[in-house]
Amino acid sequence: MLKIEDLHVHVGGKEVLKGIDLHIEEGETFILFGPNGSGKTTLLMTIMGFAGYEVTGGRILFKGKDITNLPTYERARMGIGMSFQRPPTIHGLKTRDLVQMCARGRQITEAEVEELARKVNFENFLDRDINDGFSGGEIKRSELLQLMAQEPDLVLFDEPESGVDLENMALIGKIARALLDGPLEPSPVACMKELKARKKTSGLIITHTGYILDYVNADRGQVMFHGRLCCQGRPRDILDHISKYGYKECVRCLS
Amino acid sequence: MSELKNVKIPQVDLSKYNFEQGEVPELADLRQLDVDDRAELLMAGVDVEEEERSGTFLQIDHSNVHCSSRGQGVEVLSIKKALEKYNGLPEYYWQAMDKDKDEFTRAAAEKLHGGYFIRTAKGAKIEEPVQSCLFIKGQNVAQSVHNIVVVEEDSEVHIITGCATSHKVSSALHLGISEFYIKKGGKLTFTMVHNWGEEVSVRPRTVGIVEERGVFVSNYILLKPVKSVQSFPTIFLNGPGAVARFNSILVAPRGSYINSGNKIVLNAPETRGEIISRAITTGGTIIAPGVIEGNAVPARGHLECKGLILNDGVIHAIPELKGTKSGVELSHEAAVGKIAQEEIEYLMARGLDEDEATSTIVRGFLNVDIMGLPRELKESIDQTIAENEKEMF
Repeated sequence: MLKIEDLHVHVGGKEVLKGIDLHIEEGETFILFGPNGSGKTTLLMTIMGFAGYEVTGGRILFKGKDITNLPTYERARMGIGMSFQRPPTIHGLKTRDLVQMCARGRQITEAEVEELARKVNFENFLDRDINDGFSGGEIKRSELLQLMAQEPDLVLFDEPESGVDLENMALIGKIARALLDGPLEPSPVACMKELKARKKTSGLIITHTGYILDYVNADRGQVMFHGRLCCQGRPRDILDHISKYGYKECVRCLS
Repeated sequence: MSELKNVKIPQVDLSKYNFEQGEVPELADLRQLDVDDRAELLMAGVDVEEEERSGTFLQIDHSNVHCSSRGQGVEVLSIKKALEKYNGLPEYYWQAMDKDKDEFTRAAAEKLHGGYFIRTAKGAKIEEPVQSCLFIKGQNVAQSVHNIVVVEEDSEVHIITGCATSHKVSSALHLGISEFYIKKGGKLTFTMVHNWGEEVSVRPRTVGIVEERGVFVSNYILLKPVKSVQSFPTIFLNGPGAVARFNSILVAPRGSYINSGNKIVLNAPETRGEIISRAITTGGTIIAPGVIEGNAVPARGHLECKGLILNDGVIHAIPELKGTKSGVELSHEAAVGKIAQEEIEYLMARGLDEDEATSTIVRGFLNVDIMGLPRELKESIDQTIAENEKEMF
């Protein structure tokens, strides 16, 4: 699904990513760990193609196509969706209308928007301006709602747990999982096995606390340190190690 | 020294325009207007079917051609009839406004072509808006009107004024004196939509006086080209608990000069004033002065002016606050800039291309939801924005 080869990225004239290689398979959920400032968010922003993230080497392939120089909206239309950590407020743009725009091409109805909103307990926010005065948990629910409408094949999720209380965490975790794994309930038209086979959404999730691991089926994890990827392993194991010893091992490993 | 006084306003040569012109015959029904004129009026928010309207007033050039009121509790007259009927309206006519304020008030005082007199009955809550329309059809016409609105105690009314010019007119001048009197507990919502032309100069002069617990809400929408507008409606909150709010949405394409400001004077305790404006230039000039003056306590005022320069053009926001008593609370925020890249990228990450993202943000910026307009007027404004997007941006 996503293949990154020897990616070098400059931000503000300074090299932040120093040769990243990463491969995420179809349907795979990948967890990215690492201390603040290590380059995790830069990687997500570069995959999305935002201005200010200058690729100085390497390339990004999505579904086999080189997207390194594609504009952001084409990447989104190809199936990359991102949950923002601090999305901007857009005055006068109702959440309801943005959700509808996210569905692009599929033309979802008002009723469908409300149905989706109910899943994230967000019906009462549909008429509010997007992100205007939203709390941490509300931002996450709004971002997930937009992603549900967008139905991306690769979800980029920057710190799903930041600014979220425990109660919201359970809801966000459940929805994140549904986005990645498809509906959790058996359906009359297809058995679970078929449903799972059909749903091929991949995920790239940044986490500090690891709370999200209680909810999503994470396949693989890796630590980003000083703009390089190291320590590949099972996400749980990595988390356990980091919470006990911090990133000291990375220093040794990369030096 | 106030920055306002340093702003140069394009001169209007009054001698260039025709103040004397033949009468236009009366119309029983707005549907008798020709198709093009109706279209211009629709774009100025006028409902030519007159459905869902409590009353209608239409002035074409120098004549009042239509005047009706359906609803109970509201009187709609031409100003000339009202002056006759009420012995010259001594309590209201030129009472809030100074005749000698400037050359335009003097010209309007000298030659009166018409205008409306709208008065509610005490305690009447007029559900459907009263609409008035000031229309210019003749070339080089100077239209000079005088409007008086009296909102009696504890009554409420919404007046929608559409100002437009026939598309055949290339040059015209509109002078409009408006005096608003809002009595105790009365509420006036005054919505004005301007649809002038590229060679039309507009010099409205407006003053309002609000008594105890009275509410004045003004909505001003200017999306279409105009040669020059200069206006500075001023509201005096003279009774305790009175409230005034101005909402403006201004778009200046290349060639337009818009100098549109507001002033609220808080003269009594517990008064509140708010001025909110959104301005977009795509090559024209917008001067947006705002003044709130607090002369009593407790009193609060807030001024908010946001401007977007989309291509080039000028936006000059001039917020001014004046407090003359300890304890007044006045604040302002003003911002002039471009669309934030961050907002465009956010929408692009959802699959909108750059043009779609820009237009979505601009539409949000010009959102009129805050004005609480009737549905069909809001739709017609949204449609005007959509239709003009191509030329505007």
